[in-house]
Amino acid sequence: MTENNNIVFTPERLAKVQEIIARYPEGRQKSALLPVLHLAQEQFAWMSQGVMDYVASLLSIKPVEVYEVASFYTMFHLEPVGKHVIEYCRTGPCVLMGGEEVFGHLQQKLGIKKGETTADGLFTLKEVECLAACGWGPCFQIREKYYMHLNNQKVDEIIEELSK
Amino acid sequence: MEDIKPIMFKVTVDGVEVEVAPGTTIMQAARQIGPEVAPPAMCYYEPLKGSGGKCRACLVKVAAGSAKDPRPMPKLVASCITPVQDGMVVENFTNPQVVEARKGVVEFLLLNHPLDCPVCDQAGECHLQDFAFENGVSTTRYEEERRTFEKEDIGPYIQLHMTRCVLCYRCVYTADQITDGRVHGVMGRGDHAEISTYIGRAIDNDFSGNVIDVCPVGALTDKTYRFKNRVWFSKPVDAHCDCDKCSGKVQLWYRGDEVIRVTARKNEWGEVKEFICNTCRFEKKKTSDWVIEGPTKVNRASVISANKYGANLIKKPDFALKLAESQFKKIDDSRPYVNDMAEIKQSEDYKALMQKNESFFKK
Amino acid sequence: MSLKILTEHCSTPGIETFEVYRKKGGYTAVEKALKKMTPDEVVEEVKKSGVRGRGGAGFPMGMKWSFLAKPEGVPRYLVCNADESEPGTFKDHYLMKTIPHLLVEGMIISSYALGANKSFIYVRGELMYVIRILEKAIEEAKAAGFLGKNILGSGYDLELVVQPGGGAYICGEETALLESLEGKRGNPRNKPPFPAVKGLYQSPTVVNNVESISTVSWIINNGGDAYAAVGVGKSTGTKLISASGHINKPGVYEIELGLSCDEFLNSDEYCGGVRTGHRLKAVVAGGSSVPIVPGSLFLKTANGEDRLMSYESLSDGGFATGTMLGSGGFIAFDETACIVRNTWNFSRFYEHESCGQCSPCREGTGWMQKVLNRIEHGKGSMSDIDLLVDVSKKIEGNTICPLGDAAAWPVASAIRHFRDEFEWHIKHPLEATKPGAVYAGAVLV
Repeated sequence: MTENNNIVFTPERLAKVQEIIARYPEGRQKSALLPVLHLAQEQFAWMSQGVMDYVASLLSIKPVEVYEVASFYTMFHLEPVGKHVIEYCRTGPCVLMGGEEVFGHLQQKLGIKKGETTADGLFTLKEVECLAACGWGPCFQIREKYYMHLNNQKVDEIIEELSK
Repeated sequence: MEDIKPIMFKVTVDGVEVEVAPGTTIMQAARQIGPEVAPPAMCYYEPLKGSGGKCRACLVKVAAGSAKDPRPMPKLVASCITPVQDGMVVENFTNPQVVEARKGVVEFLLLNHPLDCPVCDQAGECHLQDFAFENGVSTTRYEEERRTFEKEDIGPYIQLHMTRCVLCYRCVYTADQITDGRVHGVMGRGDHAEISTYIGRAIDNDFSGNVIDVCPVGALTDKTYRFKNRVWFSKPVDAHCDCDKCSGKVQLWYRGDEVIRVTARKNEWGEVKEFICNTCRFEKKKTSDWVIEGPTKVNRASVISANKYGANLIKKPDFALKLAESQFKKIDDSRPYVNDMAEIKQSEDYKALMQKNESFFKK
Repeated sequence: MSLKILTEHCSTPGIETFEVYRKKGGYTAVEKALKKMTPDEVVEEVKKSGVRGRGGAGFPMGMKWSFLAKPEGVPRYLVCNADESEPGTFKDHYLMKTIPHLLVEGMIISSYALGANKSFIYVRGELMYVIRILEKAIEEAKAAGFLGKNILGSGYDLELVVQPGGGAYICGEETALLESLEGKRGNPRNKPPFPAVKGLYQSPTVVNNVESISTVSWIINNGGDAYAAVGVGKSTGTKLISASGHINKPGVYEIELGLSCDEFLNSDEYCGGVRTGHRLKAVVAGGSSVPIVPGSLFLKTANGEDRLMSYESLSDGGFATGTMLGSGGFIAFDETACIVRNTWNFSRFYEHESCGQCSPCREGTGWMQKVLNRIEHGKGSMSDIDLLVDVSKKIEGNTICPLGDAAAWPVASAIRHFRDEFEWHIKHPLEATKPGAVYAGAVLV
């Protein structure tokens, strides 16, 4: 196993893991994988091998079962990310609402392209598919928060605010 | 116990009728009839529970669902996972829609395949080669760049060549069902999905070598045999040994007097029924390690059967017809054509031609 | 104002709380069902209502319920599909964040009808804030005695679990959703067996969309016949339409099925017309997977009849001239929209979201995306158009799950109706790749 002794959930999250496992029938604790991965990303920011092995041990499943799942779902970051991960929608309806221009502006503003992180480690840009907010687009998401009806000016304000 | 005759279902595949037990799949029913009507299979592997349904090579047309409800099924179905009904009528090589769909599947599977058969150890016993030869066309319409993968080291015995993989999942099921601890799986998704351990770990346990035998292509090959030979230059011999881990029933592949490879025995569908351990596969390469039973009866699965890609295939019923049909192009007769001679006679071309051939036309 | 079955109270302040929802008549349907009706009677009412699955397939919900296998001693599950990810669709998102108790109430009654004691709401992971809203609603309902053990003294127990997804459109396919709920990759399962026989944890399972389940309270309160009286023909009741794109008022609208497409697009109660100063070019009527049609074919059928917002009317004309109601994701395109670019965009979506399990979808979606990318960026050739049609045909119907069809239809329909625009892109690459360039020959409404 890997030496990742510092990878351990906070007591609150550990309690939460137990609570989540208890939601499913006996022996079906693997069902807890996605919720626990979300908890892990909340605390550890990204899915290092150590984090995934830790999750596997908590759920008594093989590490490879975690790798397979974490790499299938796009919400899990398999590489280190910045403090704020901006996940912007690139799909048709947001594009119709001017998404390409707004996110072009966003890239210019941060000086990075999709998939990159700013030098100060503050922002990571991630291009995602439809966020189910088509009528309220263009939109992006930072952690749990949705930012909708975006335009260049709003983007500037949000970046200013988060840069403080 | 009273002797009760089990209820049997009557199924027709490509015009041949067979009686099978309820619960049998179309694929199994067709295989009972014989190889001439058995659909091709790239992912289905009978000994592995849960395999099948993925490659779509075995799509067939159900022309009549059952005797009770003889309506055809609206879509082509994967024969390996579709159970038969009594009175079902299945069209396989005889249905143009199926032939067309399979051509599509061949094209899809070859889209990102490197076609490096000349240097691939699997060449000659590759199911993708067979499938493409029997069901595909020899050209591609794909102009884009092919997908490639970084090489991953998965230990001393097995070579993973992901670029050749067709994502049949057989090796994943094998690791789950034959070995005691799976360390590899399918990572990523869509056209970036790949077989991997994710962390470059060795696939290492007593039965791991079986993933080589189940792989339909050259994605997982035997490192101890790598580049040593072409399969058609070698001679398979059935042999066994007293092994405490497995059945010990193997095939030894000889070149001259030398055992260059050991594999499990495969049936006529290329399936291993008795998996073997790594000691037998990788470490017993001397004739003296084995009790020789005799030459392997070679059938379909290898080029070492004479004329693998030649005349014998034409003997398959309807194969020539199938081939002709697949290459037949309908003449486009919807185009307007000029039939007004008066107009033609006015053209400069016609006049020039007439002058040139004056003597001929005056005859 | 037309009848609002789902959204009547959406603008009431505080409707997300149990208190306000209850004051507005919430949870009376649970009381009625659990105290006065047998589970079979509930199923019967839902059958009578004729309500059809609102996730996109449009299969009658009552019938789906009646297929559920009921072997002795085996638990049954109800799973709510809240994995809304179809481009153009955001109605479930709206409903859950605005009036979460409507779904919770529907889940209680539906679970009771199906005999499920543990039910799941699978919400796409991106909507974590909605998950927290739902979890709060469940807590409140539990505190008020509508969830948990022996609900309202009826002897019926129910536990409701909200499960987050992880970012995968394919998990909206019901068997992929079940796989995901079991903690696995979202690979759709081979069928048979169907979930009604072997679903979650190999037990009989019903999977229903958020909007479908949210109709149940109204049906129980007012009767299935009353629901069936709304709408037209086999398109009974109301439907939430997510409206986006080039219209004056994007948003979520509840319509009575059978509303004319013209009224939906142009009246101020709904979309408020195409963006002022622009004209309608094309419409995607039911989410990105359904065939795209020119504006004229959205408003009128090929026979010149008025097109209605109903399952039957929208699909009138089949693939040739019709489309589908699907999940109700209405996207309008005005003359500034480039059909080639949009088709490429959608095909990129399907390539990205293909699970990669079966070969036609895994390889075909990527192939179409690459060819469309070439055409869009001025490197296409005329043969590419027929190639796209052929590839789409080889995917359609040949895959494990409907994602293959969903990827094929937008491409095939765009070429069918807008072939000249594709040809223009190929013949005039320099012109077509200029920023903001749009084909001038499109027929507008």
